Amino acid sequence: MTEPVLSIRNLTVEIPTRHGLFKPVKNVSYDIHPGEIRGVVGESGAGKSMTGNAVIGLLDDPARVASGEIWLKGRRIDNLSPEEQRAIRGREISMIFQDPLTSLNPLFTIGEQLVETIQLHLKVSATEARERALALLDRVSIPDPKTRFDQYPHQFSGGMRQRVVIALALCSEPSVIVADEPTTALDVSIQAQVLDLIKELASETQVGVILVTHDMGVIADTTEQVTVMYSGEVVENGPTDKVLSAPEHEYTKSLISAVPRPQVKLHRFPQVSYGGRETTFKIEDLARNWHKPELSKSGKLVEVKGITKKFLEKSAILPSRRTYFTAVDDVSFDIKDGEVFGLVGESGSGKSTVARMIGTLLPVDGGQIHFDGEDVTAMSAEDMANYRKQIQMIFQDPFSSLNPRMKVESIVAEPLIHHKLLPPDQISGRVHELLDRVGLTRAAANKYPHEFSGGQRQRISIARALATQPRFLICDEPTSALDVSIQAQILNILKDLQEHLGLTMLFISHDLPVVRQMCDRVGVMKQGQLIEVQDTETLFANPKQDYTAQLLDLMPRLAQLSS
Amino acid sequence: MLPFILKRVFQSILVLVITGAIAFSMFTFVGDPIDNMLGQERTLEDVERLRARLGLDQPVPVQYFKFLNEAAHGNFGVSYRQGREVSEIIMERAPATLELAALSAIFAVVMGIALGVFTAIRRDGFAAHFIMSVSLIGVSLPTFLIGILLIYLFSVELGWLPSFGRGEVVKIGSWTTGFLTESGLKALVLPAITLGLYQMTLIMRLVRSEMLEVLRQDYIRFARARGLSDRVINFRHALKNTMVPVITVIGLQLGAIIAFAIITETVFQWPGLGLLFINAIQFVDIPVMAAYLMMISVMFVVINLLVDILYAFIDPRLRVSAK
Repeated sequence: MTEPVLSIRNLTVEIPTRHGLFKPVKNVSYDIHPGEIRGVVGESGAGKSMTGNAVIGLLDDPARVASGEIWLKGRRIDNLSPEEQRAIRGREISMIFQDPLTSLNPLFTIGEQLVETIQLHLKVSATEARERALALLDRVSIPDPKTRFDQYPHQFSGGMRQRVVIALALCSEPSVIVADEPTTALDVSIQAQVLDLIKELASETQVGVILVTHDMGVIADTTEQVTVMYSGEVVENGPTDKVLSAPEHEYTKSLISAVPRPQVKLHRFPQVSYGGRETTFKIEDLARNWHKPELSKSGKLVEVKGITKKFLEKSAILPSRRTYFTAVDDVSFDIKDGEVFGLVGESGSGKSTVARMIGTLLPVDGGQIHFDGEDVTAMSAEDMANYRKQIQMIFQDPFSSLNPRMKVESIVAEPLIHHKLLPPDQISGRVHELLDRVGLTRAAANKYPHEFSGGQRQRISIARALATQPRFLICDEPTSALDVSIQAQILNILKDLQEHLGLTMLFISHDLPVVRQMCDRVGVMKQGQLIEVQDTETLFANPKQDYTAQLLDLMPRLAQLSS
Repeated sequence: MLPFILKRVFQSILVLVITGAIAFSMFTFVGDPIDNMLGQERTLEDVERLRARLGLDQPVPVQYFKFLNEAAHGNFGVSYRQGREVSEIIMERAPATLELAALSAIFAVVMGIALGVFTAIRRDGFAAHFIMSVSLIGVSLPTFLIGILLIYLFSVELGWLPSFGRGEVVKIGSWTTGFLTESGLKALVLPAITLGLYQMTLIMRLVRSEMLEVLRQDYIRFARARGLSDRVINFRHALKNTMVPVITVIGLQLGAIIAFAIITETVFQWPGLGLLFINAIQFVDIPVMAAYLMMISVMFVVINLLVDILYAFIDPRLRVSAK
């Protein structure tokens, strides 16, 4: 075996806090060989990103390397001066961040940003730097590099921006790239392309890659070696095949079992049980004080009839010169009582726009939406208030969908107060009951949203959505921003709600394994059109449309887990 | 880009028509000019004759249109007090105010940005904390008090700088400048600092908070990960992003410097437009007041128009989709 290009030896990172030293990374050791992709997996807070930041010398104050060594090509780099570390950054070790939308400076063209980096590291003339930048753009498969060179980041799509970020990371032929969740913010199809690119580059340029992710599918698809981290420590280390097929540590086993399987439908999502992470609540608690929603007259609670949405793309003074972008094009489907209807598709396919139109957050440009036989698009203000009480939404980002200046109690009580559902003296009791239902303690009521983790916040959102006892729940990517272990908890809560309270749901996701577990029927959207609607089992077994088959193919698969 | 500018120009014209209406209404509602112009010994016939000659017997909208038309040609009538053309008086006074405003604007912008960047980068340093504390004084003390304090310290106690007036001025065509003589320059220092101090602290605090926000962004982290030096990150990547929102405020503040020169000019007896306006109010010299009002609103509108255009130059996202 070749010499490792980067070795981490017994690395410990500490952060001084008011309650003493906190160690987010404890005694971590692993090696990267040239051309190798090493996955580092674990839930958020496990210290995987912190290790990557320590390697590149970008620990945020007051975090610091307390002990251990980092060796790069036989040279110890953790004890260098800040200036020497800067010289290594970008030249020997590069980094790729999670969110391609925010990692490029919006006020400079991508050409300027590339040339700047190349000239910094390689000391070449402006013309040579330009040549090299164009070659790099070509290398990461950006079509028409000459035109793209002079464009600004906002003119690129998410996947294209991530390619630019990779090109920037490659500027000076680094020996190691730290990729921190490089595809988490991307679609399945784009994710596959970007991962392929990273694989290609690793074998071609012999760069060593540290791939930090929480996605087991990505690990299985892309990496050769894997390091599993749990609360700052390495719990398992070894070749990916071996770790995934025969995990030794309890945490790894439980983490692998928590990954939603695309192949089989299970009754409940297995949770990560290691370290007391499992939270349970009694179904009886959920059903208490809840009237079963009345059934709709026709058996179809929601009927969407040919809805269309257009957005202004280019404004002009003359109406004839304005151009529109059709986000949703003549979409029709219906949702039966007590059914979970899934909507899948790439980003930009119009799934969220459909959800927003049903939730009356966006006006409809054409077509009708019927709720229990009533046309939502032509309702009186009074009927509309009643309709809004019966539908509730849960959004993707639990960080921005809760008002940071309101206490949890006020957040959950707001729908009750707004719709005048309870006399004021009973509101507090109902709020506590709702928080109980989603597995939060009463003490939570007096805290602010920032005191909670992502998963807990999403539970607050669910409690808020349940406050009006809705008949119909719209979930727009409810778990995309969450870890596997937290995802399982949230999905189980939603599933229980659906089964025991008879809630009808529209469930939007780009995560196909999750959709398979959650939904009874699934609609596939592509470029604003609904191209296929099937029972979940039929869709996954034999999709009718080529596009659907293609989407299913692109799912990162844990082949070893199918048994 | 072009529709964007056209839209802004249209809005600017609308603003000017409205301020014009306010300026015009002073003639009709703030006393009767006929009373001021004719003495005690007047006959009804005199009044009617003068009223007809001045066009005051015509309907109000017609009068307003005439006023706008004349104003657009730079003709604001004759000052009641001095008996001279208002435009002539304004042209005579304008250089003093414009020179003062320009110098304090430069002082406010340069010092404000420099100190703002400094306090953002050295956030926890002693100097940054010191500057931030002192800047509170700049924001909270009223302008006239700062002016009086400066006069007391530098003119009365130390005797370094004059306490009033413009000093010697040099005439270049119709423009008079204090930039070319020593006494002229000396006379500018105290009023310029007094006028610019509030704007400077405001710009400084704004730049600091914007810069701290920008330094937290992912693209700054990514720039660090690319190995760029702190200097390039702070002054190339962070500063440009900081300036986008700051420019709007700077534009508004430049207008404010000219408009609020009144107080400073009064304290320092500066022979500029502000002092002219104060005197005009004392004597109910309505043509001068109306002209001053119109001039200030034109200045505000033009500066804001320029800022909007500048905005589009700095931020490429505005260039493509003119919303």
